Amino acid sequence: MLSGWFIALLATAYLGLLFAVARFGDARADAGKSIISANVYALSLAVYCTSWTFYGSVGRATSGGLSFLTIYIGPTLMLLCVGVIIKMIRISKAQRITSIADFIASRYGKSQLLAGMVTVIAVIGVVPYIALQLKAMAASVDVLLEHSGGSFQVLGLDSTFLIAVVLALFSILFGTRHLDATERHEGMVAAVAFESVVKIVAFMAVGIFVTYGMFGGLGDLFQRAAASADLGRLLQLDSSRAGTWTALIILSGLAIIFLPRQFQIIVVENVDESHLKRAVWLFPLYLLLINIFVLPLALGGLLHFDGQGINPDTFVLTLPLARGAEVLALLAFIGGLSAATGMVIVETIALSTMVCNDLVMPILLRSTGNFVEKRNDLSGLLIGIRRAAIALILLLGYIYFRAAGEAYALVGIGLISFAAVAQFAPAMFGGMYWKQGTRAGAVAGLLAGFLVWLYTLLLPSFAKSGWMTSGFVENGLFGIGWLKAQALFGLAGLDEISHCLWWSMLANIGAYVAVSLNTKPDAVEASQAERFVDVFRFDSRNTEARLWRGKASPDALVQLLERFLGAARARQQLAAYAGSRGAEHWGNLPADADFVQFAESELAGAIGSASARVMVASVAQEEDLGLEEVLDILDEATQVRAHSRELEAKQRELEAATTELRDANDRLRELDRMKDDFISTVTHELRTPLTSIRALSEMLHEDPRIDLADRTRFLGIIVNEAERLTRLINQILDMAKLESGRAEWTTSEVDMGEVVRESMASLEQLFREKDVALEGDIPSGLPFVLADRDRLTQVMINLLSNAVKFVPGGTGRVQVRVAGSAGLVRIEVRDNGPGLTPEECVVIFEKFRQGGNTMTDKPQGTGLGLPISRQIVEYFGGNLWVESEPGAGANFIFTVPLPAPDDNSGRQVA
Amino acid sequence: MSKKILIVDDEPNIVISLEFLMKKEGFAVAVACDGEEALAKVASFAPDLILLDVMMPKKSGFEVCETLRSDPANAGMLIVMLTAKGRDTEVAKGLALGADAYVTKPFSTKDLVARVKTMLGIV
Repeated sequence: MLSGWFIALLATAYLGLLFAVARFGDARADAGKSIISANVYALSLAVYCTSWTFYGSVGRATSGGLSFLTIYIGPTLMLLCVGVIIKMIRISKAQRITSIADFIASRYGKSQLLAGMVTVIAVIGVVPYIALQLKAMAASVDVLLEHSGGSFQVLGLDSTFLIAVVLALFSILFGTRHLDATERHEGMVAAVAFESVVKIVAFMAVGIFVTYGMFGGLGDLFQRAAASADLGRLLQLDSSRAGTWTALIILSGLAIIFLPRQFQIIVVENVDESHLKRAVWLFPLYLLLINIFVLPLALGGLLHFDGQGINPDTFVLTLPLARGAEVLALLAFIGGLSAATGMVIVETIALSTMVCNDLVMPILLRSTGNFVEKRNDLSGLLIGIRRAAIALILLLGYIYFRAAGEAYALVGIGLISFAAVAQFAPAMFGGMYWKQGTRAGAVAGLLAGFLVWLYTLLLPSFAKSGWMTSGFVENGLFGIGWLKAQALFGLAGLDEISHCLWWSMLANIGAYVAVSLNTKPDAVEASQAERFVDVFRFDSRNTEARLWRGKASPDALVQLLERFLGAARARQQLAAYAGSRGAEHWGNLPADADFVQFAESELAGAIGSASARVMVASVAQEEDLGLEEVLDILDEATQVRAHSRELEAKQRELEAATTELRDANDRLRELDRMKDDFISTVTHELRTPLTSIRALSEMLHEDPRIDLADRTRFLGIIVNEAERLTRLINQILDMAKLESGRAEWTTSEVDMGEVVRESMASLEQLFREKDVALEGDIPSGLPFVLADRDRLTQVMINLLSNAVKFVPGGTGRVQVRVAGSAGLVRIEVRDNGPGLTPEECVVIFEKFRQGGNTMTDKPQGTGLGLPISRQIVEYFGGNLWVESEPGAGANFIFTVPLPAPDDNSGRQVA
Repeated sequence: MSKKILIVDDEPNIVISLEFLMKKEGFAVAVACDGEEALAKVASFAPDLILLDVMMPKKSGFEVCETLRSDPANAGMLIVMLTAKGRDTEVAKGLALGADAYVTKPFSTKDLVARVKTMLGIV
């Protein structure tokens, strides 16, 4: 059944289906109805899971146990840094970035040198990875053919080469439909997302088949594995390999954004920044699902093929085949095919853009200076270069596969690529967050890191496959021991990946930082640094325009655009640009800085920022802005920003001040109302006794015949009311003085016991008249308090006279207690009067609020005694309150604090 | 038959002086010291005129006035509000609630008597 032709047909049919999906996506995009949703975006990120994941994870799990997981933990952690990725996307959109090489070059002054370096590193670094895909596909075809005993050859070429050819054709069809690399390949993204679904379905199907069909479920598998000493080891975390784990997590975390295809998918193909929020959890979930059955498959394979020498990298296929499940094996084959094609297509498209824009174009532009004049429309040439680049990259992959592929397992090759692209990290992150990073620094860092990578990882991989002598690995270069490629400077004991990561990052970061700090950026670099680092704050329109000064001919610029973009597209973009500036036709626009900026950014989309800059410079006579001048302009922009922030701050302050004023006004109005109420109440209190006095005295005055008893009674009332009036006026004045803070206080050492005894003595007569018992419990030798003696006497007399007023004659009883306790003296005046309700306990301390409600109870007070007493006590730092219940008498308590210990001791000495 | 006057105030000394004053002029007098007692006395004593203090415990003079005026049976009853609070708003409030006159404390005894007599139609 599984003949070579059948497999070829099936694979071709599947690729055809992919192509249909891509065409559909492109058609929808052209119609303005993009199918790129947050889910599609998140799924397309799973292009990260290549055939290496599909076949290689199982292989790695058979030797390294759980360590295969690190390759998936790293990306998950990296995605959590949403802010970093969003900044990357924002910068790329603003700068029309086409690739990771373009990104780094653009940041460091649109440097062609840097762009070229990054491209070379990316190509050299990623070619092994592409070879790995070819190897995986070749191996899977071999497994299927071996099973059916067939073989497949066309014109004497091996199947791997044919696969490479088909993939090249397919990538060309997918990726080079449009010229503008910043224009998104929505069809390609859709196809990649589709493939992601296919590969996870296929992998899980095999996993379920093996786990539940061949074995008795997860429990059974793990039990059987645990029973074997060899397999049990795979289930445990090996703490001695923690260093390796860390290195792998870091590497894979960097790879998820710095592998050219990942940068392409995450940054360049991003339609909407908000899609990232979905990807943050959906992509890790995808990774989790695709990894669930890795260990069961590895264990299942080892148990099933115990000692048969089957390559663990092929378990995904060989396990179903061993049970004759050919359809499932074919599904697995399609899944692996999906994983490999997805990776190869996106990777080669990303790399071809880089090769074309950053390697070939600069060479063409330099070597044949007049070639721009010779050819009218260059867009066709550009596309041709990209197609050739795709073919070339796949060819390189094939060559690497033939040469070195056999020596390494799948995972090993992948990690070599990861370590290569990790070299971009310092220049990238530094460029995004550190304005001082310079081009020279980036060049030095990249170069240093790359060379270390080359020496410690790539060349040893060649040596292992017998391409070159392995002397430098075993004995060190020129036989110098500390130059051993995988134990540099005697650093042995690490695995090769950790070793390479450690030394290459040390060299890379060290060179980047050291050189950056010792070089000065030129004008373009400084302005680009500002644009990148401050992308969220950069006022592009204004500052961009000022950063360019010179003369340009509009015709020359338009011509340039037409040549590189093609006439139709150039005119379309020009018309859109003219519209955005409110002009009817682009011919009416002046060739000012803004126009030049527009042209350069359009060109950058097609040929990369570095080449675009060279092209624009060739037709526009740019006045060279000195570094000083650029820094001035940027500084000014910063100042304007700072100024507007200051203004905002001022405005906020003003608003706050307004609110405060309004509040103060409200408070004043409230105070005014309270004052009004107070005066009204005082007036009432003064008029009431005056009413009796006036009425009675008028009657006495008018009628001399009133009999003596009435006359005496009335005169008594008049005298009482006059006294009340006097008391009232005195107390109101006293209260006013206390409240305004103008009261005079004479502070001295006061013996509270003495004050209480004297007050009691002065009221003795009053108590005797009403036949009320007055008892005192006053210990002698109380500590002195610092207060106004007369004022405290006033409080005491007020409390005592209140008490005698409210207790019944005859049975009335008032007890006074004085006690010194922790830091204060406490005085209680307890009566057996009618008591107070809880509300009354509060209101009696308010002005003019007296206890007692009925006419018979109407006390002869002013309603100011207690408020005044409380003011006095509080002035000395004490408290005055009442504890009472209706029917249970009232207990008025006040405290006066003792002086602070130092004062006290000082005084005692004195 | 002499006219009946009810004196309502919570200040005992004011009640004493008003009671004496009105009795001397030949009126029949009853007294109450808060709003609730006032309403009870109105029912039992049926005065022709009430001298009603405003600031009282339990029920203020305004409330008493309002209650009385809500009963048509008391339509002919004259109400003179007495208050120590002389603010315009309070005068207006009293009159709006149906008081017939408003006298500010302290008052002239002569004027008060003349006013009461005029209101009761005794000249």
